[in-house]
Amino acid sequence: MSARRFQDPDVTGTFVLSPDTEQQVAWWEAKYPRERRQSAVIPALWIAQKQNGGWLSEPAMRAVADRLGMPYIRVYEVATFYTMFNLAPVGTWHVQLCGTTPCALRGAEALKSTCEARIGPKGSVTSDGKLSWVEVECLGACVNAPMVQINDYYYEDLTPESLAGVLEDLAAGRAVKPGTYVVRQTSAPEGGATTLLDDALYDGSRAVPLTVIPGAPAPATAAAEPVATAPAAPEIQTKRSPEAPVDVVPPGDRPQGLASARAGQADDLKLIAGIGPKIEATLNSLGVFHFDQIAAWTRANVEWVDGYLSFKGRIDREDWIAQAKQLASPSSGKGARE
Amino acid sequence: MSDTFKLNVDGVEVEVPKSYTLLQACEAAGAEIPRFCYHERLSIAGNCRMCLVDWVGAPKPIASCAQTVGDMRPNADGSPPNISTRSERAVKARNGVMEFLLINHPLDCPICDQGGECDLQDQAMGYGRAGSRYEENKRAVDDKYMGPLVKTVMTRCIQCTRCVRFVAEVAGVEEIGMANRGEDAEITTYLEKSLTSELSGNVIDLCPVGALTSRPYAFNARPWELRKTETIDVMDALGSAIRVDARGAGVMRILPRVNEEINEEWISDKTRFVWDGLARQRLDRPYIREGGRLRATEWSEALSAVASALKVNPAEIGSIAGDLASVEGMKALMDLLKPIGVKSLDCREDGTKLGLAADGSPMPRESWLFNSSIMGIDEADALLLVGVNPRTEAAVLNARIRRNWLKRDLPIFVVGERADLTYDFAYVGAGPESLSAIAPGSDAFETLRSAKRPMVIVGQGALARTDGAAVLHAASAIAAAVGAFQPVSGDAGGWNGFNVLHTAAGRVGGLDLGFLPSAGGRDAAGMVRALKSGDLKTLILLDADETDLGVRSGGTVIYIGSHGDRGAAQADIVLPSPAYTEKSATYVNTEGCVQRTTRAVSPKAEAREEWAIFRALSEMMGRPLPYDSLVELRSRLGADAPVFLGLDFAPQVDASTAPPPYGQAGALSAAPFKSPVSAFHLTNAICRASRTMAECAQVARGASPLAAAE
Repeated sequence: MSARRFQDPDVTGTFVLSPDTEQQVAWWEAKYPRERRQSAVIPALWIAQKQNGGWLSEPAMRAVADRLGMPYIRVYEVATFYTMFNLAPVGTWHVQLCGTTPCALRGAEALKSTCEARIGPKGSVTSDGKLSWVEVECLGACVNAPMVQINDYYYEDLTPESLAGVLEDLAAGRAVKPGTYVVRQTSAPEGGATTLLDDALYDGSRAVPLTVIPGAPAPATAAAEPVATAPAAPEIQTKRSPEAPVDVVPPGDRPQGLASARAGQADDLKLIAGIGPKIEATLNSLGVFHFDQIAAWTRANVEWVDGYLSFKGRIDREDWIAQAKQLASPSSGKGARE
Repeated sequence: MSDTFKLNVDGVEVEVPKSYTLLQACEAAGAEIPRFCYHERLSIAGNCRMCLVDWVGAPKPIASCAQTVGDMRPNADGSPPNISTRSERAVKARNGVMEFLLINHPLDCPICDQGGECDLQDQAMGYGRAGSRYEENKRAVDDKYMGPLVKTVMTRCIQCTRCVRFVAEVAGVEEIGMANRGEDAEITTYLEKSLTSELSGNVIDLCPVGALTSRPYAFNARPWELRKTETIDVMDALGSAIRVDARGAGVMRILPRVNEEINEEWISDKTRFVWDGLARQRLDRPYIREGGRLRATEWSEALSAVASALKVNPAEIGSIAGDLASVEGMKALMDLLKPIGVKSLDCREDGTKLGLAADGSPMPRESWLFNSSIMGIDEADALLLVGVNPRTEAAVLNARIRRNWLKRDLPIFVVGERADLTYDFAYVGAGPESLSAIAPGSDAFETLRSAKRPMVIVGQGALARTDGAAVLHAASAIAAAVGAFQPVSGDAGGWNGFNVLHTAAGRVGGLDLGFLPSAGGRDAAGMVRALKSGDLKTLILLDADETDLGVRSGGTVIYIGSHGDRGAAQADIVLPSPAYTEKSATYVNTEGCVQRTTRAVSPKAEAREEWAIFRALSEMMGRPLPYDSLVELRSRLGADAPVFLGLDFAPQVDASTAPPPYGQAGALSAAPFKSPVSAFHLTNAICRASRTMAECAQVARGASPLAAAE
């Protein structure tokens, strides 16, 4: 890239914002406080560029500057900074060809040759004014590389042949389809999906009915006194201690607990990955002090503890039972770890 | 919360205001911080990265210009944060910045006009590495046209954006910007149009490299071969502090000096670029008109011709002192003419109605001074401009008004021409009748009255007209009514918000001296009329070039001045005197600050200082003046007029200050005010002799800039 500037500034020319353009500029301008209305300069330039056939002439730039009460040099800075503003005439269909690495690896070089053959050297406009092309940096559609942007739409997964076809159709005034030019749905794999193909995923047959929403406050039990007036929102308890009355009965069975640690010597439950000092204290309060106790939990016990601790299945995910079994065995138990 | 913050800079503990930047704090601690983009009088950009310092404990070096001290925190133990400007990391960081800056900077110092006074050159020596490791191609940037004054070599630009910020903030014309981006970024004016600011030359001083240099000075001299003389400027009535750089007998350039009270560090383009006018159209020897043509002659012949011309009835002798007349010259001329009975003396070449009331009695000094002082503009909180265009009449002063307007949204009301003053104002009206509209209840009046420091500035466009005395009275009456005059009370300093802005450097000196018609004498316009009618036989023009004598049948006109301008063209006897760079002379600026120029170069050929001419003349006339040297003249001057005793300060409001209103109430005409400066670049004999100024005037008129430049 090199410095961009107006090729032949028409300093005496005038440009009148059309009512439609004016309306759009006013819409953008209204987004900002009056004294900051210059903030609308980029959309205003963009709208003026659209009105002017895809490029920003010097009179158009001045019209925007006057419209927003800005010095010309400030608008000129913006117009030259952003490559989205074309400072020279472009074709009716302006091709922006992505030449950045992913597209280059996928054949953008061949597309350039196509453009050069059909339109001319980079930056040129065809003599009938229908087509022009430039090379741009990444347009963010790498998954559909190689691609071009023509006016407002992306044309993706192109080959020299398909691009040539698009260009011919556009030049001839035929409608063309934006988007991908291979068999795929947007960015999905070419030729159709390769995963999640099982129909059962979609017919509802794999769905497991939920009886209780984990962590949700339970509905008031039948024993609770009915409240005549509108009930207060149930208090969600996030912290539970054995002392606090447990108003939610977790599903499953409560594991058998001990009154105190055997021989007054509790195992260091923190050795189980997933158990920290806090959970260890909670387990101790439930009468769980030893690895072998956890190792002996039944499915129902696990479910109960899981619900009690609002763990949403963490015990299974972290596989406390297997860890505890290993720690409880004499060979690789607590002593072996230390 | 304390307003100060303690820092430990290189082991020196300093306590600085929280509003300081880290760079200022480091300087307060005596550390030297290199910088390119930072400038005290411009907004902070923080883009050159040269001012990096090491904040011990911070993960990265800090750009000290953009770090406010108030945002810093002490160390964990509460001790002041440790800043190192000399640590290995700081040194290495600057070294790296310098290497990047030099990657694209051409090594063309031998042909660069900035060489020898280049920030980049100096700092590369101080902070850079010895050689370059860069092996790629350097970038090149097209030069941009910026007008007849600023020459550009844009490849040298390091994108500090000082020039962009200067024209946007100080000059108030957003004309320079940075176009494109990244490696292609380039400084340019919009479509390479000429800068329209009267202060554009200052970007040359601001540019830290040789990208923007002086076009008239291009390839003329090297800074180390120039003789530098500190003096003051006479292109307008501000008396800006300047430095005249000369080589041999030629003035090579003029640069600003810092004087916070007057020009800070800016000067107008006229002040800066007038120097080529000092070498053109010079009067270097006496001339006598013979048969319609001026004939070079000797001093003795010229002086005896003058002496015989003065042997007429004193009532038939008159003298006009012009815009560039020095106090010494006027004093000697006055001492020569008044004793022989001459009553027609006038220093008000433009006919301004200052100095004398209608009955001939002297007016108080406050009636013709810029009483608030130029620095007082910073304190003003409401402003009324009457018949004045400060942008062309005193461009540097206008920048001060603009700064106040930017800072506090100063409410400004204008009566006079509706010009682009670089700030917004409420327009009241075009002529004197609008002054009567500024009455209690009007927006302008109430705003001024509710202000703590209201200010009224009256220009010569409002005073140099037939109803000038009435305008002076009306404007000063408004000042008095809105409370612009606040006498000293106790510790509170006084304030006189009534101000007269002059356009001529010599005017206030002449008024202070009393170079005015005595009872029965004629004023400047009267003298011109009398000369035409034959009632005046001899007219002495001292540096007076703005007077058009028209077609006359007789009389002798004697011109004393430095340049062959309108005055010399109309004269019968021409006596050459030095220009302001060639003599030590006293001038009083518009605020009443007495200043002296210093001789930077010798007078041209046979030119003699004005007072010496009059001293020699007095000898010839047999009534020698009582002083033989400048020192004696000045001590006499101080004795006769004590205002000349003190140098370099503006008078303050004190118990002796005469309160407004001044002038004489009278009928106000409806004719709109017109600024006396119609062409900014062509206001006196010296700038009219300057090619550069002529070119600027041509561009300002809208002539094709490129054709004018090439």
